[in-house]
Amino acid sequence: MNRRRLTKTIIFLAALIPLARLGWKAFHDGLGANPIEVITHSTGDWTLILVLTTLSITPLRRITRQYWLIGVRRMVGLFAFFYGTLHFLTYIWLDKFFDVHEMMKDIAKRRFITVGFSAFVLLIPLALTSTAWSIRRLGGKNWQRLHRLIYLTGILAVVQYTWLVKADRRKPIEYGVVLSLLLLYRVGVWFSEKASAKSKPPVLPSPARNPL
Amino acid sequence: MLIGKPPAIPSSEITSKATYLNRRNFLAGAAIASAAAVTGVAFRDLADPRLTAHANDKIDGLQKSPFSTTEKETPYKDVTNYNNFYEFSTDKYEPAGLAKNFKTRPWTVTIDGDVKKKQVLDVDAIIKMAAPEERIYRHRCVEGWSIVVPWVGFSLSELIKRADPLPKAKYVEFTTLYDPKQMPGQRSNVLRWPYVEGLRMDEAMHPLALLCFGMYGEVLPNQDGAPLRIVLPWKYGFKSAKSIVRIRFTSDQPLNSWQQYAPNEYGFYSNVNPNVDHPRWSQAKERRLGEFLKRPTLMFNGYDQVASLYSGMDLKKNF
Repeated sequence: MNRRRLTKTIIFLAALIPLARLGWKAFHDGLGANPIEVITHSTGDWTLILVLTTLSITPLRRITRQYWLIGVRRMVGLFAFFYGTLHFLTYIWLDKFFDVHEMMKDIAKRRFITVGFSAFVLLIPLALTSTAWSIRRLGGKNWQRLHRLIYLTGILAVVQYTWLVKADRRKPIEYGVVLSLLLLYRVGVWFSEKASAKSKPPVLPSPARNPL
Repeated sequence: MLIGKPPAIPSSEITSKATYLNRRNFLAGAAIASAAAVTGVAFRDLADPRLTAHANDKIDGLQKSPFSTTEKETPYKDVTNYNNFYEFSTDKYEPAGLAKNFKTRPWTVTIDGDVKKKQVLDVDAIIKMAAPEERIYRHRCVEGWSIVVPWVGFSLSELIKRADPLPKAKYVEFTTLYDPKQMPGQRSNVLRWPYVEGLRMDEAMHPLALLCFGMYGEVLPNQDGAPLRIVLPWKYGFKSAKSIVRIRFTSDQPLNSWQQYAPNEYGFYSNVNPNVDHPRWSQAKERRLGEFLKRPTLMFNGYDQVASLYSGMDLKKNF
């Protein structure tokens, strides 16, 4: 029990490092010639990295049989939302300085803003229903269905990155490859489960089975 | 297995007292020397940050120019550490380091195409063609940021007049050095190398068009396009070709690298124009490096004297 808390504390602190680094640099003149650009890119990068990290927890725990990993997924997911929020705030505050007219124009005209905005909005219901109470309230199946929205967020975020760069697509492609592998894993699992369901008679629920 | 008494150290291997003391002196000396070196470097950094980017020579006899703006100059450290120079890297913070050992001498520029006499000129011969001027220009990047730089050079027309183009020459094409050994960015096909830019002859002859070999009163740092570049303050930054090795006169409109890469996003003219957005982002405003709030972008970057070059042209089409 104590070890679990310790692991969580370490992950919590580790997830704050990118923000701490930005803060430290900001106060030590370390953000270079265009600080707002650095903040925008850094918060965006970390949102995407953390989204990919949450998506890698299920494959990782199954492959390595480290089942405890599921216990940290919510925290990583919430940190993805946290950095996504910072990224969004950077855009509306530092970049557009709350110029609503210009932001509306952006959302209507710039597809990469639209896509990025959608990716962020899709994270909101996931963050709101991240509590144990919500899982019970929605029921496991529904909750899981809702939380598959994260796949869409991942795809939209990579698309946004690709549309944003001027010419060098190497970095968005790297993210895209990782995301594709993580999504392919799920497709693979889905197919193999379908196949085994066909070949074997359905397992009858027995009262002795542990629901978890 | 080492059991038993180890052999005694032969007296020949025992360090004499004198040598031993010398060793101490040596260590102390080394410590002092390295401390001095470290403080020296640190002090030099504090004293003059320019030296960290490149050991630049002063350019003497600079004339002031009526084209200069009185706006606040962007700090040297920003102009030399935030560079779009894809020949070195697509990361703006990297060319400063990657261009450190870039060789700018010997350097020749080939003048060819529709000219009376094709020739290969030494860059130092070109630099001596006219008196150097300091021109403080606004510089607007297509990405939406801008800087104010005191460039050093003279009007490009000085070189063109001496090159003596034929009447059929309607355009000038500039080619950047292709040398993947020195320019690591050229090892990946982000753009088609070598980098090519072009101007219509009347644009190139406009007195604002600058042939540039220095900035901030010194020889141009490598990461800013040494040894020879052009500066076109009314156009987006990428039009201002860097590290030029060839100037070709032609009757056909050159295909500049960015237009070749994405013709729907980057045109031949690429004049700064707040009314014509980049398909993916707005060009109405810009962030001047060092400022928090964005400022409105001006038509032709505020250089209205070039407007007559484009009278009667639809600038939405000829972006």
